[in-house]
Amino acid sequence: MNPAPSIVFFTTASGAGYGLLFWLGLLRPLGLVPGQGLVALALALVLITAGLLSSTLHLGNPQRAWRAVSQWRSSWLSREGVAAILTYIPALLLGLALWVDAPALALIAGLLAAAGAVATVYCTGMIYASLKPIRQWHHPLVVPGYLALSAFSGAVLLAMLAAFAGGGAVPALLAVLTGAAALLLKRAYWQAIDSGPPIATIESATTLGFIGKVRQLDPPHTEQNYLLREMGFRIARKHAAKLRLIAQGAGFALPVLLALLAVLVGGTPAVLALTLGAVLAIGGLLIERWLMFAEATHTVMLYYRG
Amino acid sequence: MTCLPEITPGQKKLGLVIDLDTCVGCQACATNCKEWNASGHSGPLPDTKPYSAGAEGVWFNRVHSYEAGEGERGRTVNFPRSCLHCETPDCVTVCPTGASYKRIEDGIVLVDHDLCIGCGLCAWACPYGAREMDEDEGVMKKCTLCIDRIYNTNIPEAQRQPACVLTCPTSARHFGDLGDPDSKVSKLVAERGGQPLMPELGYKPVNSYLPPRNRSSVAAKPDEAVPTPMDIKNPLLRWMDKVLTR
Ligand code: SF4
Ligand code: SF4
Repeated sequence: MNPAPSIVFFTTASGAGYGLLFWLGLLRPLGLVPGQGLVALALALVLITAGLLSSTLHLGNPQRAWRAVSQWRSSWLSREGVAAILTYIPALLLGLALWVDAPALALIAGLLAAAGAVATVYCTGMIYASLKPIRQWHHPLVVPGYLALSAFSGAVLLAMLAAFAGGGAVPALLAVLTGAAALLLKRAYWQAIDSGPPIATIESATTLGFIGKVRQLDPPHTEQNYLLREMGFRIARKHAAKLRLIAQGAGFALPVLLALLAVLVGGTPAVLALTLGAVLAIGGLLIERWLMFAEATHTVMLYYRG
Repeated sequence: MTCLPEITPGQKKLGLVIDLDTCVGCQACATNCKEWNASGHSGPLPDTKPYSAGAEGVWFNRVHSYEAGEGERGRTVNFPRSCLHCETPDCVTVCPTGASYKRIEDGIVLVDHDLCIGCGLCAWACPYGAREMDEDEGVMKKCTLCIDRIYNTNIPEAQRQPACVLTCPTSARHFGDLGDPDSKVSKLVAERGGQPLMPELGYKPVNSYLPPRNRSSVAAKPDEAVPTPMDIKNPLLRWMDKVLTR
């Protein structure tokens, strides 16, 4: 599948924004985040909004985007839109509560914002997981993957901001735990899609299997088309293997180690370590999200390539 | 509404039956489809760089060619691919705007181009590659089963058929109600053992493909020893060969 930059940016930025909002909503009312938390909230909302705006760039008619909230009964994309919009309400209320220092409101709004963040990321994951023609997406580990990556990138950002505000080991420890979990999950996912059987074959796609093995003789057209550009993108195996290693090392392992280091040493080195960790984690996630598309294959290509 | 209509017994299911035995891969169906649909319900259909290298555009019907099997049993099969107007298609349910819908009255799957935001999700959800984005208008386009022909009372009744069906020189394409077991198309499917494409995906395609017939006996092999006129280099002998073969 074609890794459209606007969509890769959207899942990375909004994913991190919702992760940050989730942890902030949960931890700030409990007093586990130093400082007021307004900077973290602002960063979360900026990331979420930038991601959502970028995803509308991918549309053929962005001015009609508002129509996308109408079909929540059947469409996960529609549900994602509804969840994303609704989540703004408790998120902004949380901001108000932190601003005027209203702990009770902060607790309720924080919990609701956290729930909204989970719901939105869950819907995003389901958009992909519900697509049967794409074997690598129609997989039970895809939604947990979206949730885990969002939780991890949010924790990494919160840990960095907490360090700037002068301490708070809890966010850094969360980054360690979620990073390790995300890494394990991703490895299990890659192993599963590498060994998974195809969902269909050129024989079942053409009904001609009863004659024997089927191969393409002539393509239906000699130039490109939308299908080949959108669904035909695939990445050479050797590049995929290298990029997976980079994503695992730079995106997960190093940030986890840096967060661990920060918990142990504290102070200015912790600020530096967590900042570097956040940059690495986001960079690694961009690669991982790009791979998520580039490695996915669509059944229509059976007709073109067998 | 992108929820699918309830499936009721005896429901009308308009669709195509495509005979893989007689299709000669002439591309007439694809061409006439493009010609008809470039105006009317789905028009215009984009064509970028039509007169130079890199020409491409939106087509609702694409004719592939395959080789199946080996040796004597092996054969070439031409294979037209278009929307199958599936009974339970995810291309409809994934649509966030309600632009993609399946008609209750005849099962035709359509896109309302005024509602479509061009997100492309329905094209991802179609296993068969039946939807192509109109990148000029930013909306999704697909086979309408010639909705603007089959119910069109301004054209003679015999012509109220999809453009591809009308134009096929070998009559490899048939149009009708596959929900009615007594219709001509349903009988054809029953008689010839019509097959759905990729049934394992669970979309329940309405269109059906008739398998290439088994050749009852393989034709006798040409006798390699007998020279053909091409093999005879001497013009005099070639002339004699011609005269004597008459
Ligand atoms: S062939 Fe594709 S576009 Fe047509 S109804 Fe089936 S899933 Fe939808
Ligand atoms: S491209 Fe149009 S028809 Fe297809 S899912 Fe998006 S809004 Fe619906």
